[in-house]
Amino acid sequence: MGNTATAQKATIIVFADTLDKVMAAFIIATTAAAMGMATTMFFTFWGLGALKKGGPADCKRNWMQKMLAWMLPKSPASLPLSQLNMAGIGAGMLKKIMAQKKIASLPELIESARDLGVRMIACQMSMDAMGICREELIGDIEVAGAATYVGEAQDAQINLFVS
Amino acid sequence: MADVTVDARGLSCPMPIVKLTKTVKSMSAGDSITVMADDPGFEPDVRAWIEAQGHELDSLTEADDVFTAVINVR
Repeated sequence: MGNTATAQKATIIVFADTLDKVMAAFIIATTAAAMGMATTMFFTFWGLGALKKGGPADCKRNWMQKMLAWMLPKSPASLPLSQLNMAGIGAGMLKKIMAQKKIASLPELIESARDLGVRMIACQMSMDAMGICREELIGDIEVAGAATYVGEAQDAQINLFVS
Repeated sequence: MADVTVDARGLSCPMPIVKLTKTVKSMSAGDSITVMADDPGFEPDVRAWIEAQGHELDSLTEADDVFTAVINVR
């Protein structure tokens, strides 16, 4: 296969937890990886919602963090739309239309990103602040800090911030 | 020299390119891959993918809204 010696790099910071924006981030990430770029996604603040596996988790949280956990999306399947969400009706309609048009769902995009070797990193500091623990996140996620992201970004050709 | 066909009809962006990439990973230089797709953006996308990956486009045709690209793997 082509692209041997110096693989190009792409990085994407995912700051949003809305379905449309997270999908956009995963579409670009999977495509960058498919084009032969070493691709890293860094999930911070609200973006961590895209990495939750759903179901009960035994995390230690204070009362404020408990409220956050209760109010925020529980898994990629429950992300709202950034516009026209209408208490979930809009998100449900968009998912239905996308299924009819055979557009990949967010879970399928996440799966493809994994298959193509996209590196996914959860921001340690955001997890601490928001009371999100490792057990809540999908299995193959790395946990690291900003320096790990900057280390990847400094010699990358594409660096995006999705918020 | 393998000759593989990928049917990406019915898939939308970016999945035809994802499927193509996954298939080519198990192939070697000199192999040929034929891919069919009906995603309207497939033509410019597959050209960009071929250039980025350093492969060679043998032919790209369209019939009944289906694009068929034959690619020489490099």
